[in-house]
Amino acid sequence: MSKNNQRSFEFGVYTFGEIIPDPITGKMISAEERIQNIIETAKLADEVGLDIFGLGEHHRLDFAVSATPVVLAAIAQATKNIRLASATTVLGTADPVRVFEDFSTVDLISGGRAEIMAGRGAFIESFPLFGYDLDDYHELFEEKLQLLQELNNNERVTWQGKFRSPLNNSEIAPRPKQSKIPIWRGVGGTPASAVRAGQAGFGMALAILGGNPLYVKPLVEAYRQAGISAGHAEENLKIAITSHGYIGKTAEQAVNEFHPYYSNYIRTMMGRNIPKDQVAAAVSKNNALAVGGPEEIVEKILYQHELFGHDRFIMQLDICQPFSQVASAIELLATKVMPLVKREINNK
Amino acid sequence: MKVLAIASSIVGSKTRTAMNAVVDEFKKSYVNVEIELLDLAELNIQFSDGRNYLEYEGDSGRITKAMMEADAIVIGTPIFQASIPATLKNLFDLLPVNALRDKIVSMVITAGSPKHFLIAEQQLKPILSYMKAQIVQTYVFIEEKDFHRREIINDDIFFRIARLVEDTVVLTESYAKIRKEKEEKYDF
Repeated sequence: MSKNNQRSFEFGVYTFGEIIPDPITGKMISAEERIQNIIETAKLADEVGLDIFGLGEHHRLDFAVSATPVVLAAIAQATKNIRLASATTVLGTADPVRVFEDFSTVDLISGGRAEIMAGRGAFIESFPLFGYDLDDYHELFEEKLQLLQELNNNERVTWQGKFRSPLNNSEIAPRPKQSKIPIWRGVGGTPASAVRAGQAGFGMALAILGGNPLYVKPLVEAYRQAGISAGHAEENLKIAITSHGYIGKTAEQAVNEFHPYYSNYIRTMMGRNIPKDQVAAAVSKNNALAVGGPEEIVEKILYQHELFGHDRFIMQLDICQPFSQVASAIELLATKVMPLVKREINNK
Repeated sequence: MKVLAIASSIVGSKTRTAMNAVVDEFKKSYVNVEIELLDLAELNIQFSDGRNYLEYEGDSGRITKAMMEADAIVIGTPIFQASIPATLKNLFDLLPVNALRDKIVSMVITAGSPKHFLIAEQQLKPILSYMKAQIVQTYVFIEEKDFHRREIINDDIFFRIARLVEDTVVLTESYAKIRKEKEEKYDF
Protein backbone atom coordinates (compact mmCIF):
# COMPACT_ATOMS: atom_id res chain seq x y z
CA MET A 1 0.00 0.00 0.00
CA SER A 2 2.72 2.48 -0.82
CA LYS A 3 1.10 3.86 -3.93
CA ASN A 4 0.55 7.18 -2.21
CA ASN A 5 4.19 8.11 -2.32
CA GLN A 6 3.68 10.44 -5.23
CA ARG A 7 0.61 12.18 -3.94
CA SER A 8 -0.08 13.92 -0.72
CA PHE A 9 -2.67 12.76 1.76
CA GLU A 10 -5.51 15.25 2.07
CA PHE A 11 -7.73 16.38 4.92
CA GLY A 12 -11.19 17.83 4.87
CA VAL A 13 -14.39 18.48 6.74
CA TYR A 14 -17.99 18.45 5.59
CA THR A 15 -21.42 19.23 6.92
CA PHE A 16 -25.01 18.69 5.85
CA GLY A 17 -26.19 21.95 7.38
CA GLU A 18 -28.75 20.38 9.69
CA ILE A 19 -30.98 22.56 11.81
CA ILE A 20 -31.55 20.64 15.05
CA PRO A 21 -32.49 22.09 18.44
CA ASP A 22 -29.44 22.21 20.70
CA PRO A 23 -29.78 19.25 23.13
CA ILE A 24 -28.29 21.27 25.99
CA THR A 25 -29.89 24.70 25.60
CA GLY A 26 -32.94 23.62 23.59
CA LYS A 27 -32.29 26.60 21.33
CA MET A 28 -33.05 26.35 17.61
CA ILE A 29 -30.70 27.99 15.14
CA SER A 30 -32.20 29.88 12.18
CA ALA A 31 -31.44 28.81 8.60
CA GLU A 32 -29.78 32.18 8.06
CA GLU A 33 -27.47 31.78 11.04
CA ARG A 34 -26.70 28.19 10.05
CA ILE A 35 -25.64 29.22 6.54
CA GLN A 36 -23.52 32.07 7.90
CA ASN A 37 -21.85 29.65 10.33
CA ILE A 38 -21.12 27.24 7.51
CA ILE A 39 -19.40 29.98 5.53
CA GLU A 40 -17.40 30.96 8.64
CA THR A 41 -16.47 27.32 9.20
CA ALA A 42 -15.24 27.02 5.63
CA LYS A 43 -13.20 30.21 6.00
CA LEU A 44 -11.57 28.84 9.12
CA ALA A 45 -10.89 25.48 7.47
CA ASP A 46 -9.22 27.34 4.61
CA GLU A 47 -7.15 29.56 6.91
CA VAL A 48 -5.79 26.64 8.93
CA GLY A 49 -4.86 24.80 5.75
CA LEU A 50 -7.35 21.94 5.38
CA ASP A 51 -7.61 20.66 1.81
CA ILE A 52 -11.33 20.08 1.30
CA PHE A 53 -14.61 21.56 2.44
CA GLY A 54 -17.74 19.57 1.63
CA LEU A 55 -21.40 20.44 1.80
CA GLY A 56 -24.43 18.14 1.60
CA GLU A 57 -27.76 18.51 -0.16
CA HIS A 58 -31.10 17.91 1.52
CA HIS A 59 -34.57 19.15 0.75
CA ARG A 60 -36.27 19.31 4.14
CA LEU A 61 -36.97 22.05 6.66
CA ASP A 62 -34.49 20.64 9.16
CA PHE A 63 -31.59 21.31 6.78
CA ALA A 64 -30.34 24.72 5.67
CA VAL A 65 -28.58 23.57 2.51
CA SER A 66 -30.49 22.40 -0.57
CA ALA A 67 -28.74 24.68 -3.06
CA THR A 68 -25.26 23.27 -2.47
CA PRO A 69 -23.41 24.97 -5.38
CA VAL A 70 -24.89 28.35 -4.43
CA VAL A 71 -23.42 28.10 -0.92
CA LEU A 72 -20.15 26.74 -2.33
CA ALA A 73 -19.98 29.78 -4.63
CA ALA A 74 -20.29 32.06 -1.60
CA ILE A 75 -17.57 30.06 0.13
CA ALA A 76 -15.41 30.31 -2.98
CA GLN A 77 -15.41 34.09 -2.61
CA ALA A 78 -14.53 33.88 1.07
CA THR A 79 -11.66 31.39 0.75
CA LYS A 80 -8.36 31.02 -1.10
CA ASN A 81 -7.07 27.48 -1.38
CA ILE A 82 -9.53 24.96 0.00
CA ARG A 83 -11.23 22.62 -2.48
CA LEU A 84 -15.02 22.88 -2.60
CA ALA A 85 -17.01 19.70 -2.87
CA SER A 86 -20.60 18.62 -2.70
CA ALA A 87 -21.02 15.89 -0.10
CA THR A 88 -23.04 14.61 -1.74
CA THR A 89 -25.04 15.82 -4.74
CA VAL A 90 -28.27 13.80 -4.89
CA LEU A 91 -27.81 13.08 -8.55
CA GLY A 92 -30.78 10.76 -9.11
CA THR A 93 -33.27 13.59 -8.73
CA ALA A 94 -31.20 16.33 -10.40
CA ASP A 95 -30.55 17.21 -14.02
CA PRO A 96 -26.90 16.33 -14.66
CA VAL A 97 -26.59 19.17 -17.18
CA ARG A 98 -27.65 21.70 -14.55
CA VAL A 99 -25.38 20.05 -11.96
CA PHE A 100 -22.44 20.28 -14.31
CA GLU A 101 -23.19 23.91 -15.20
CA ASP A 102 -23.42 24.84 -11.52
CA PHE A 103 -20.20 23.16 -10.49
CA SER A 104 -18.35 24.31 -13.57
CA THR A 105 -19.35 27.85 -12.58
CA VAL A 106 -18.16 27.27 -9.00
CA ASP A 107 -14.90 26.06 -10.55
CA LEU A 108 -14.50 29.31 -12.47
CA ILE A 109 -15.40 31.47 -9.46
CA SER A 110 -12.98 29.57 -7.21
CA GLY A 111 -10.04 29.37 -9.57
CA GLY A 112 -10.39 25.63 -10.21
CA ARG A 113 -11.37 24.26 -6.79
CA ALA A 114 -14.72 22.55 -7.48
CA GLU A 115 -15.41 18.86 -7.02
CA ILE A 116 -18.57 16.76 -7.21
CA MET A 117 -19.35 13.86 -4.95
CA ALA A 118 -22.36 12.20 -6.50
CA GLY A 119 -24.55 9.98 -4.38
CA ARG A 120 -27.93 8.39 -4.31
CA GLY A 121 -28.85 10.10 -1.07
CA ALA A 122 -29.69 8.50 2.23
CA PHE A 123 -32.98 10.38 2.39
CA ILE A 124 -35.69 10.17 -0.21
CA GLU A 125 -37.56 13.47 0.06
CA SER A 126 -36.19 14.72 -3.25
CA PHE A 127 -37.99 12.00 -5.22
CA PRO A 128 -41.59 13.19 -4.69
CA LEU A 129 -40.36 16.81 -4.59
CA PHE A 130 -38.94 16.70 -8.10
CA GLY A 131 -41.42 14.22 -9.50
CA TYR A 132 -39.32 11.08 -9.61
CA ASP A 133 -40.38 7.54 -8.83
CA LEU A 134 -38.57 5.92 -5.95
CA ASP A 135 -38.76 2.61 -7.81
CA ASP A 136 -36.19 4.06 -10.24
CA TYR A 137 -33.77 4.94 -7.39
CA HIS A 138 -30.83 2.90 -8.67
CA GLU A 139 -31.46 3.24 -12.39
CA LEU A 140 -31.83 7.04 -12.18
CA PHE A 141 -28.50 7.36 -10.43
CA GLU A 142 -26.57 5.11 -12.80
CA GLU A 143 -27.91 6.81 -15.91
CA LYS A 144 -27.32 10.31 -14.62
CA LEU A 145 -23.85 9.57 -13.33
CA GLN A 146 -22.88 8.21 -16.71
CA LEU A 147 -24.27 11.35 -18.36
CA LEU A 148 -22.41 13.60 -15.90
CA GLN A 149 -19.18 11.91 -16.90
CA GLU A 150 -19.91 12.58 -20.59
CA LEU A 151 -20.60 16.24 -19.85
CA ASN A 152 -17.36 16.49 -17.93
CA ASN A 153 -15.35 14.92 -20.72
CA ASN A 154 -16.86 16.66 -23.75
CA GLU A 155 -17.97 20.21 -24.48
CA ARG A 156 -20.49 18.99 -27.06
CA VAL A 157 -22.54 15.98 -26.12
CA THR A 158 -24.87 13.70 -28.01
CA TRP A 159 -26.70 11.44 -25.64
CA GLN A 160 -29.90 9.51 -25.22
CA GLY A 161 -31.35 7.96 -22.08
CA LYS A 162 -34.51 7.02 -20.31
CA PHE A 163 -34.94 9.79 -17.75
CA ARG A 164 -33.96 12.93 -19.61
CA SER A 165 -34.61 14.45 -23.01
CA PRO A 166 -31.86 13.55 -25.50
CA LEU A 167 -28.89 15.79 -26.19
CA ASN A 168 -27.97 16.34 -29.81
CA ASN A 169 -24.52 17.79 -30.17
CA SER A 170 -25.57 20.13 -27.34
CA GLU A 171 -23.15 22.70 -26.02
CA ILE A 172 -22.30 22.20 -22.36
CA ALA A 173 -21.11 25.48 -20.91
CA PRO A 174 -19.21 26.98 -19.28
CA ARG A 175 -16.21 24.67 -19.31
CA PRO A 176 -14.46 24.49 -15.94
CA LYS A 177 -11.04 25.96 -15.22
CA GLN A 178 -9.71 22.51 -14.31
CA SER A 179 -9.46 20.29 -17.38
CA LYS A 180 -12.16 18.20 -15.73
CA ILE A 181 -14.10 18.53 -12.50
CA PRO A 182 -13.05 15.70 -10.19
CA ILE A 183 -16.08 13.42 -9.76
CA TRP A 184 -16.34 11.04 -6.84
CA ARG A 185 -18.92 8.36 -6.41
CA GLY A 186 -20.40 8.27 -2.92
CA VAL A 187 -20.44 4.69 -1.69
CA GLY A 188 -22.27 3.56 1.43
CA GLY A 189 -21.91 -0.13 2.13
CA THR A 190 -22.79 -1.90 -1.12
CA PRO A 191 -19.99 -3.75 -2.89
CA ALA A 192 -21.78 -3.33 -6.24
CA SER A 193 -21.54 0.44 -5.87
CA ALA A 194 -17.80 0.22 -5.13
CA VAL A 195 -17.33 -1.96 -8.21
CA ARG A 196 -19.21 0.55 -10.38
CA ALA A 197 -17.07 3.41 -9.06
CA GLY A 198 -13.97 1.46 -10.08
CA GLN A 199 -15.31 0.47 -13.48
CA ALA A 200 -16.12 4.08 -14.36
CA GLY A 201 -12.79 5.31 -12.99
CA PHE A 202 -14.37 7.67 -10.48
CA GLY A 203 -12.83 8.37 -7.12
CA MET A 204 -14.66 6.51 -4.38
CA ALA A 205 -15.91 8.48 -1.39
CA LEU A 206 -16.56 5.74 1.11
CA ALA A 207 -18.70 6.57 4.11
CA ILE A 208 -17.88 4.55 7.22
CA LEU A 209 -20.38 5.58 9.83
CA GLY A 210 -18.93 3.84 12.85
CA GLY A 211 -18.12 0.19 13.32
CA ASN A 212 -14.86 -1.58 12.66
CA PRO A 213 -13.06 -0.23 9.59
CA LEU A 214 -11.87 -3.76 8.80
CA TYR A 215 -15.38 -4.59 7.64
CA VAL A 216 -15.22 -2.26 4.67
CA LYS A 217 -11.84 -3.45 3.42
CA PRO A 218 -13.51 -5.81 0.91
CA LEU A 219 -15.21 -2.79 -0.67
CA VAL A 220 -11.87 -1.05 -1.13
CA GLU A 221 -10.41 -4.17 -2.70
CA ALA A 222 -13.45 -4.59 -4.97
CA TYR A 223 -13.12 -0.96 -6.07
CA ARG A 224 -9.43 -1.23 -6.96
CA GLN A 225 -9.88 -4.58 -8.66
CA ALA A 226 -12.76 -3.31 -10.78
CA GLY A 227 -10.86 -0.14 -11.69
CA ILE A 228 -7.73 -1.98 -12.75
CA SER A 229 -9.71 -4.58 -14.71
CA ALA A 230 -11.45 -1.76 -16.56
CA GLY A 231 -8.06 -0.37 -17.56
CA HIS A 232 -7.84 2.65 -15.27
CA ALA A 233 -4.42 3.63 -13.98
CA GLU A 234 -4.03 2.67 -10.33
CA GLU A 235 -2.92 6.15 -9.32
CA ASN A 236 -6.20 7.58 -10.63
CA LEU A 237 -8.30 5.30 -8.45
CA LYS A 238 -8.60 7.58 -5.48
CA ILE A 239 -10.29 6.81 -2.22
CA ALA A 240 -11.73 9.24 0.28
CA ILE A 241 -12.85 7.94 3.66
CA THR A 242 -15.62 9.91 5.30
CA SER A 243 -16.98 9.50 8.80
CA HIS A 244 -18.63 11.40 11.62
CA GLY A 245 -16.17 12.86 14.04
CA TYR A 246 -15.10 15.34 16.64
CA ILE A 247 -11.76 16.20 18.21
CA GLY A 248 -11.20 17.50 21.72
CA LYS A 249 -7.96 18.40 23.47
CA THR A 250 -8.21 14.97 25.08
CA ALA A 251 -10.25 11.88 24.28
CA GLU A 252 -12.28 12.47 27.41
CA GLN A 253 -13.15 16.01 26.46
CA ALA A 254 -14.04 14.90 22.94
CA VAL A 255 -16.42 12.23 24.19
CA ASN A 256 -17.99 14.60 26.75
CA GLU A 257 -18.66 17.32 24.22
CA PHE A 258 -19.59 15.07 21.33
CA HIS A 259 -22.02 12.61 22.91
CA PRO A 260 -24.99 14.95 23.46
CA TYR A 261 -24.84 16.31 19.91
CA TYR A 262 -24.11 13.00 18.21
CA SER A 263 -26.84 11.23 20.13
CA ASN A 264 -29.26 14.04 19.33
CA TYR A 265 -28.30 13.98 15.67
CA ILE A 266 -28.66 10.21 15.27
CA ARG A 267 -31.96 10.25 17.14
CA THR A 268 -33.35 13.03 14.97
CA MET A 269 -32.13 11.67 11.65
CA MET A 270 -32.24 7.93 12.16
CA GLY A 271 -34.48 7.44 15.17
CA ARG A 272 -31.94 5.51 17.23
CA ASN A 273 -30.50 6.26 20.64
CA ILE A 274 -26.75 6.26 21.13
CA PRO A 275 -25.79 5.15 24.66
CA LYS A 276 -22.82 6.84 26.31
CA ASP A 277 -20.71 3.68 26.45
CA GLN A 278 -20.92 3.38 22.67
CA VAL A 279 -19.32 6.80 22.16
CA ALA A 280 -16.81 6.23 24.98
CA ALA A 281 -15.71 2.96 23.35
CA ALA A 282 -15.47 4.58 19.93
CA VAL A 283 -12.14 6.29 20.63
CA SER A 284 -10.44 2.96 19.85
CA LYS A 285 -8.80 2.61 16.44
CA ASN A 286 -11.09 -0.36 15.85
CA ASN A 287 -14.00 2.03 15.53
CA ALA A 288 -14.27 4.28 12.50
CA LEU A 289 -16.19 6.99 14.34
CA ALA A 290 -13.55 9.72 14.38
CA VAL A 291 -13.99 10.86 17.96
CA GLY A 292 -11.05 11.35 20.30
CA GLY A 293 -8.14 13.57 21.18
CA PRO A 294 -5.54 14.34 18.49
CA GLU A 295 -3.57 11.24 19.44
CA GLU A 296 -6.51 8.88 18.92
CA ILE A 297 -7.52 10.51 15.64
CA VAL A 298 -3.96 10.21 14.29
CA GLU A 299 -3.95 6.55 15.28
CA LYS A 300 -7.32 5.91 13.65
CA ILE A 301 -6.35 7.54 10.35
CA LEU A 302 -2.97 5.79 10.18
CA TYR A 303 -4.58 2.44 10.96
CA GLN A 304 -7.16 2.98 8.23
CA HIS A 305 -4.41 4.03 5.87
CA GLU A 306 -2.67 0.74 6.50
CA LEU A 307 -5.92 -1.01 5.59
CA PHE A 308 -7.09 1.07 2.67
CA GLY A 309 -4.17 3.12 1.39
CA HIS A 310 -6.67 5.93 0.92
CA ASP A 311 -5.93 9.44 -0.29
CA ARG A 312 -8.24 11.57 1.78
CA PHE A 313 -9.92 11.70 5.11
CA ILE A 314 -12.99 13.90 5.29
CA MET A 315 -14.67 14.30 8.64
CA GLN A 316 -18.37 15.04 8.97
CA LEU A 317 -17.64 17.45 11.72
CA ASP A 318 -20.43 19.92 12.04
CA ILE A 319 -23.67 18.20 13.10
CA CYS A 320 -25.18 21.43 14.42
CA GLN A 321 -22.88 21.79 17.41
CA PRO A 322 -22.03 25.24 18.78
CA PHE A 323 -19.73 27.08 16.36
CA SER A 324 -17.04 27.40 19.06
CA GLN A 325 -16.77 23.60 19.32
CA VAL A 326 -16.64 23.18 15.55
CA ALA A 327 -13.94 25.84 15.30
CA SER A 328 -11.88 24.28 18.06
CA ALA A 329 -12.07 20.82 16.45
CA ILE A 330 -11.02 22.24 13.07
CA GLU A 331 -8.00 23.92 14.67
CA LEU A 332 -7.01 20.67 16.35
CA LEU A 333 -7.50 18.70 13.13
CA ALA A 334 -5.28 21.11 11.22
CA THR A 335 -2.58 21.69 13.84
CA LYS A 336 -2.39 18.49 15.89
CA VAL A 337 -3.57 15.75 13.51
CA MET A 338 -2.90 16.72 9.92
CA PRO A 339 0.87 17.42 10.17
CA LEU A 340 1.57 14.14 11.98
CA VAL A 341 -0.49 12.04 9.61
CA LYS A 342 0.90 13.72 6.50
CA ARG A 343 4.46 13.31 7.69
CA GLU A 344 3.93 9.67 8.56
CA ILE A 345 2.18 8.78 5.30
CA ASN A 346 4.32 10.84 2.95
CA ASN A 347 7.53 9.46 4.44
CA LYS A 348 6.44 5.89 4.00
CA MET B 1 -43.01 2.26 30.30
CA LYS B 2 -44.37 1.93 26.78
CA VAL B 3 -45.45 -1.51 25.65
CA LEU B 4 -46.58 -2.30 22.14
CA ALA B 5 -48.65 -5.42 21.48
CA ILE B 6 -48.79 -6.59 17.89
CA ALA B 7 -51.27 -9.04 16.41
CA SER B 8 -49.24 -9.96 13.38
CA SER B 9 -51.63 -11.87 11.17
CA ILE B 10 -54.02 -10.33 8.68
CA VAL B 11 -56.31 -13.37 8.69
CA GLY B 12 -58.10 -15.35 11.37
CA SER B 13 -59.05 -14.39 14.89
CA LYS B 14 -57.04 -16.47 17.36
CA THR B 15 -53.95 -14.29 17.57
CA ARG B 16 -56.12 -11.21 18.04
CA THR B 17 -58.15 -12.97 20.72
CA ALA B 18 -54.95 -13.94 22.55
CA MET B 19 -53.55 -10.42 22.25
CA ASN B 20 -56.76 -8.94 23.62
CA ALA B 21 -56.18 -11.10 26.69
CA VAL B 22 -52.58 -9.84 26.90
CA VAL B 23 -53.74 -6.21 26.75
CA ASP B 24 -56.42 -6.87 29.39
CA GLU B 25 -53.79 -8.35 31.69
CA PHE B 26 -51.52 -5.30 31.30
CA LYS B 27 -54.45 -2.99 32.01
CA LYS B 28 -55.57 -5.00 35.00
CA SER B 29 -52.21 -5.57 36.70
CA TYR B 30 -49.97 -2.71 35.55
CA VAL B 31 -51.89 0.55 35.44
CA ASN B 32 -48.73 2.61 34.94
CA VAL B 33 -47.80 0.80 31.76
CA GLU B 34 -48.83 2.52 28.57
CA ILE B 35 -50.09 -0.34 26.40
CA GLU B 36 -51.09 -0.12 22.76
CA LEU B 37 -52.32 -2.91 20.51
CA LEU B 38 -51.74 -2.78 16.77
CA ASP B 39 -53.49 -5.43 14.70
CA LEU B 40 -52.04 -5.89 11.22
CA ALA B 41 -55.48 -6.95 10.03
CA GLU B 42 -56.62 -3.37 10.64
CA LEU B 43 -53.59 -1.72 9.05
CA ASN B 44 -52.28 -1.39 5.54
CA ILE B 45 -48.55 -2.07 5.68
CA GLN B 46 -46.33 -1.83 2.61
CA PHE B 47 -43.43 -4.13 1.84
CA SER B 48 -40.02 -2.98 2.96
CA ASP B 49 -38.09 -1.10 0.27
CA GLY B 50 -35.02 -0.39 2.36
CA ARG B 51 -35.67 3.24 3.24
CA ASN B 52 -35.06 4.67 6.70
CA TYR B 53 -38.00 3.69 8.89
CA LEU B 54 -38.78 7.34 9.66
CA GLU B 55 -39.63 7.87 6.01
CA TYR B 56 -42.42 5.32 5.70
CA GLU B 57 -45.82 6.90 5.45
CA GLY B 58 -49.29 5.98 6.66
CA ASP B 59 -49.73 2.77 8.64
CA SER B 60 -46.21 1.57 7.76
CA GLY B 61 -44.72 4.68 9.32
CA ARG B 62 -47.09 4.45 12.27
CA ILE B 63 -46.12 0.89 13.19
CA THR B 64 -42.36 1.29 12.63
CA LYS B 65 -42.31 4.40 14.82
CA ALA B 66 -44.41 2.68 17.48
CA MET B 67 -42.01 -0.28 17.50
CA MET B 68 -38.93 1.91 17.73
CA GLU B 69 -40.40 4.00 20.54
CA ALA B 70 -41.59 1.05 22.63
CA ASP B 71 -39.68 -0.17 25.67
CA ALA B 72 -41.18 -3.62 25.25
CA ILE B 73 -42.98 -5.39 22.43
CA VAL B 74 -45.29 -8.37 22.77
CA ILE B 75 -45.47 -10.16 19.46
CA GLY B 76 -48.54 -12.25 18.86
CA THR B 77 -48.23 -14.53 15.86
CA PRO B 78 -49.80 -17.57 14.28
CA ILE B 79 -47.67 -20.21 12.57
CA PHE B 80 -48.07 -20.50 8.82
CA GLN B 81 -46.38 -23.31 6.88
CA ALA B 82 -44.05 -24.08 9.77
CA SER B 83 -42.87 -20.48 10.08
CA ILE B 84 -43.92 -16.98 11.04
CA PRO B 85 -46.30 -15.24 8.64
CA ALA B 86 -44.77 -13.03 5.95
CA THR B 87 -46.65 -10.08 7.41
CA LEU B 88 -44.59 -10.36 10.59
CA LYS B 89 -41.30 -10.87 8.77
CA ASN B 90 -42.07 -7.75 6.78
CA LEU B 91 -42.35 -5.74 10.01
CA PHE B 92 -38.81 -6.74 10.90
CA ASP B 93 -37.65 -5.89 7.39
CA LEU B 94 -39.08 -2.38 7.72
CA LEU B 95 -36.82 -1.67 10.70
CA PRO B 96 -33.11 -0.72 10.74
CA VAL B 97 -30.33 -3.04 11.94
CA ASN B 98 -30.14 -3.54 15.69
CA ALA B 99 -33.62 -2.02 15.90
CA LEU B 100 -34.60 -4.02 18.97
CA ARG B 101 -31.54 -3.12 21.04
CA ASP B 102 -32.53 -2.20 24.61
CA LYS B 103 -36.03 -3.53 24.04
CA ILE B 104 -37.69 -6.46 25.72
CA VAL B 105 -39.57 -8.71 23.33
CA SER B 106 -41.97 -11.43 24.37
CA MET B 107 -44.01 -13.83 22.26
CA VAL B 108 -47.48 -15.28 22.14
CA ILE B 109 -47.82 -18.05 19.59
CA THR B 110 -51.08 -19.44 18.26
CA ALA B 111 -50.94 -22.62 16.23
CA GLY B 112 -53.17 -25.24 14.72
CA SER B 113 -50.95 -28.07 15.79
CA PRO B 114 -48.78 -28.92 18.81
CA LYS B 115 -46.10 -29.90 16.28
CA HIS B 116 -45.45 -26.18 15.86
CA PHE B 117 -44.26 -25.69 19.41
CA LEU B 118 -40.58 -25.23 18.50
CA ILE B 119 -41.16 -22.95 15.54
CA ALA B 120 -40.74 -19.85 17.71
CA GLU B 121 -37.44 -21.22 19.04
CA GLN B 122 -36.10 -22.01 15.62
CA GLN B 123 -37.47 -19.22 13.48
CA LEU B 124 -38.58 -16.25 15.53
CA LYS B 125 -35.96 -16.09 18.28
CA PRO B 126 -33.00 -16.02 15.86
CA ILE B 127 -34.45 -12.96 14.14
CA LEU B 128 -35.07 -11.23 17.46
CA SER B 129 -31.54 -12.04 18.64
CA TYR B 130 -30.05 -10.75 15.41
CA MET B 131 -31.96 -7.51 15.93
CA LYS B 132 -30.49 -7.34 19.47
CA ALA B 133 -33.70 -7.81 21.45
CA GLN B 134 -33.66 -8.94 25.05
CA ILE B 135 -36.01 -11.90 24.75
CA VAL B 136 -38.39 -13.18 27.39
CA GLN B 137 -37.30 -16.78 27.00
CA THR B 138 -40.54 -18.60 27.67
CA TYR B 139 -43.44 -17.89 25.39
CA VAL B 140 -47.12 -18.63 25.56
CA PHE B 141 -48.10 -21.30 23.07
CA ILE B 142 -51.82 -21.58 22.42
CA GLU B 143 -53.42 -24.31 20.38
CA GLU B 144 -56.56 -24.45 18.31
CA LYS B 145 -58.36 -26.43 21.02
CA ASP B 146 -57.86 -23.65 23.57
CA PHE B 147 -60.17 -21.36 21.59
CA HIS B 148 -63.86 -21.45 20.98
CA ARG B 149 -65.81 -18.76 19.14
CA ARG B 150 -63.18 -16.04 19.56
CA GLU B 151 -62.68 -16.77 23.21
CA ILE B 152 -60.01 -18.54 25.20
CA ILE B 153 -61.64 -21.50 26.93
CA ASN B 154 -58.63 -22.92 28.75
CA ASP B 155 -58.05 -21.11 32.05
CA ASP B 156 -54.44 -22.19 32.12
CA ILE B 157 -53.80 -19.89 29.16
CA PHE B 158 -54.76 -16.88 31.26
CA PHE B 159 -52.28 -17.88 33.95
CA ARG B 160 -49.57 -18.29 31.36
CA ILE B 161 -50.40 -14.91 29.83
CA ALA B 162 -50.30 -13.31 33.29
CA ARG B 163 -46.86 -14.81 33.83
CA LEU B 164 -45.63 -13.61 30.44
CA VAL B 165 -46.87 -10.09 31.13
CA GLU B 166 -45.19 -10.11 34.55
CA ASP B 167 -41.90 -11.34 33.09
CA THR B 168 -42.09 -8.69 30.39
CA VAL B 169 -42.61 -5.88 32.89
CA VAL B 170 -39.98 -7.13 35.35
CA LEU B 171 -37.35 -7.57 32.63
CA THR B 172 -38.12 -4.19 31.10
CA GLU B 173 -37.74 -2.49 34.48
CA SER B 174 -34.55 -4.41 35.27
CA TYR B 175 -32.84 -3.64 32.00
CA ALA B 176 -33.84 0.01 32.24
CA LYS B 177 -32.23 0.11 35.69
CA ILE B 178 -29.07 -1.61 34.47
CA ARG B 179 -28.77 0.78 31.55
CA LYS B 180 -29.30 3.77 33.83
CA GLU B 181 -26.54 2.62 36.18
CA LYS B 182 -24.23 2.08 33.22
CA GLU B 183 -24.92 5.56 31.83
CA GLU B 184 -24.34 7.11 35.26
CA LYS B 185 -20.83 5.68 35.33
CA TYR B 186 -19.89 8.31 32.77
CA ASP B 187 -19.65 11.77 34.17
CA PHE B 188 -20.93 13.49 31.05
